[in-house]
Amino acid sequence: MTATTTTPQPAELEDVKAATATDKRRVQKKELWRNRSLLLPAVIFLILLTQIPFLTTIGFSLTKWNLLYPNDRAFAGFDNYTSALTSGDLWPSIRATVLITAFSVTLAVLFGLLFAVLLDRQFRGRALARTLMITPFLIMPAAASLIWKYSMFDTNIGMINWVLQSLHLPVVAWSTEHPMATVVIVLTWQFTPFMMLILLAGLQGQDKGILEAAQVDGAGAWRTFTWITLPHLRMYVEIGVLLGSVIILQVFDPIAILTKGTGGTKTLAYLLYERAFIGLDVGQAAAYGVVTVILTIIVATIALKSVFKVFMAGGSR
Amino acid sequence: MLANKRMLALGTGAVAVAMTVTACSSGAVQSGNGSTGGAGGAVTLKVATVNNGQMKDMEKLKTEYESANPGVTVNFQVMEEGDLRAAVTADVASGAGQYDIVTIGAYETPQWGANGWLVDLTPDLQADSSYDVNDLLPPVRDVNSYDGKLFAVPFYGESSILMYNKEVMDKAGVTIPQNPTWQQVADAAKKVNTADMAGICMRGKPGWGDLFAPLTTVVQTFGGNWYDSNWKATVDTPEWKEAVGFYKKMLDESGEKDPVSYSFNECLTALKEGKAAMWADASVAASMLEAADSPVKGKMGYAHMPVDKTKESGWLWSWNLAIPTSTKQKDAALKFVKWATSKDYIKLVGNKIGWSNVPPGSRTSTYSIPEYKEAAKAYAPITLDVMSSVNPKQPGVNPQPWVGIQYVSIPEFQDVGNQCAQLVADYLANRGTIDDALSKCQSVAQAAGDKHKK
Repeated sequence: MTATTTTPQPAELEDVKAATATDKRRVQKKELWRNRSLLLPAVIFLILLTQIPFLTTIGFSLTKWNLLYPNDRAFAGFDNYTSALTSGDLWPSIRATVLITAFSVTLAVLFGLLFAVLLDRQFRGRALARTLMITPFLIMPAAASLIWKYSMFDTNIGMINWVLQSLHLPVVAWSTEHPMATVVIVLTWQFTPFMMLILLAGLQGQDKGILEAAQVDGAGAWRTFTWITLPHLRMYVEIGVLLGSVIILQVFDPIAILTKGTGGTKTLAYLLYERAFIGLDVGQAAAYGVVTVILTIIVATIALKSVFKVFMAGGSR
Repeated sequence: MLANKRMLALGTGAVAVAMTVTACSSGAVQSGNGSTGGAGGAVTLKVATVNNGQMKDMEKLKTEYESANPGVTVNFQVMEEGDLRAAVTADVASGAGQYDIVTIGAYETPQWGANGWLVDLTPDLQADSSYDVNDLLPPVRDVNSYDGKLFAVPFYGESSILMYNKEVMDKAGVTIPQNPTWQQVADAAKKVNTADMAGICMRGKPGWGDLFAPLTTVVQTFGGNWYDSNWKATVDTPEWKEAVGFYKKMLDESGEKDPVSYSFNECLTALKEGKAAMWADASVAASMLEAADSPVKGKMGYAHMPVDKTKESGWLWSWNLAIPTSTKQKDAALKFVKWATSKDYIKLVGNKIGWSNVPPGSRTSTYSIPEYKEAAKAYAPITLDVMSSVNPKQPGVNPQPWVGIQYVSIPEFQDVGNQCAQLVADYLANRGTIDDALSKCQSVAQAAGDKHKK
């Protein structure tokens, strides 16, 4: 009786025929390993690509190693961390990173929302307008920075200053006088399409029936937008903010090309580059890298946790 | 689930570090394949070089060398300046022997020579009378020597000069003397400065090779310097304050509007577009202003770099060929280096590529070739004049413990120069005071100087 049961209780199984059970388990195990082995190349690749360099970096960060003094390489303990934390470069850099990310992401979301609302309606040439709107996001960051440097911000040949001059306003020396604004403008320009795409998807996923019902109930366009559309978009805004922040936190190109880290725009990525490629100090650069990762993990954990909660709440919305 | 998210965050972080590390050690990683030339008479020479026009011309002409020397193949690895510096430093310092010939700047040669990384070329070059080592410009030989030994030979060299738009100057009734002072230049700049055209364009982009190339020469001619002869940093001195204050005043009164964005290329454009009347920068710029497609061709005047307390204030830079001690084919490498820096090579470039493309500033004899004199008549005489009269052993008022003009030949200088350039840029943008910038710069410079005190 028990032997023919399709799903036997473990206790019963052991009671009756222990040998078969072991075989079965062996088969299951075998299958499991075959399944796992299919994943193995990817896993090995992942480990090779991420974890080993990570450990190497930790190793480097504990070494006194300046490329300019190749023979003077020794174990340094936590010297590099001490100098990274006490040199006075780290906190201004964190501040710059946070400010640039916060401003750029906020502005990109606002503009993205505006354009998404405008593009979420039927009109002639909508496909073309959308493609054009997305273009800034498809341009390489370095190329975007160069375009802005020469054709927009330049005091002689830039369009912004041409417009200002035509209006008889004083010429603005962007990189010199407003370095932070310069970087934020370029990043906003680049990331607005990204936010727009996400928000547009949100808008198009909206149930038109609800909007019609609101109309029937006598709600105006503004009230419909603030009370129905915006709450619906909240989830999309959150995804956009999260992804945008993760990308902009590592921003490098506009700073290297436009401001060279002056005027409070030295982000962590640029600071790291300076230590590694201008200071040629591998040990110290690695220490900065590890500190950056620890900070990023803390921020990301908090962010993911809150977003995760929101997703749960979003399900009940 | 939450644990998975955290793992994701950890993974992301690890990727970020991984990227940093691969970027950091990109130079060190590629040190495996040492050359295996020499077998059966076939020799492959590996040359690391910088992506400048003259170097690319050399790559084009390598077939001439290969056909004259059967069995020899020359492979070029052309890189961006920063990449070259990182790759070559890592290779040479670790003794990996990946390159047989390396292209290095005047800033590196004495340091690497002192480290024993480069082959001393003096005996071989002196033994060869047809090479005529004394024809190489003496100041360029000085910056590429350490302890009296020549560790690299110049491929091309440059100094800095003052370039000005003659038409604009004439219209304003301003004459620029052949050896102007900085005060004269600042006054002239003020006179010709209009809303449409800056009086003078000077580098302001923060960087040791950007802002501080001209600014160091200004400081030196105002009587200041980075270090005194005991490697004590001398940045917080009145001379520095005067020089940096002068630079800012000149930029504020008559310079380009957005100095932090401006370096060599930006100023070159401004001059060509008629947006600036004067420019003090690398002498190689003259050949670009006189190029066939330049709108200001034939309208430019050239003078010595302006001075204050010294007689000359031009800088001195050269790109050089050197042989790392780690090479396994020293003789073949030496033969190629000699060919590429010979008088015949200069003529070869002139005949095959064009006389205005000849690598300037390496040999005195270049300046007496009739075809070159004709092709570069606007700027060749003054270039030779400045390049042979600058004194890299003591460019400033006081003696200095290194040889070199617009840089300090210690490994830390890139970093010191860069950090100070950012501090000075904050002052130029009115974000900080000059005293604050110079006192911070002083402590950065002193920390580096301490490592070299004897």
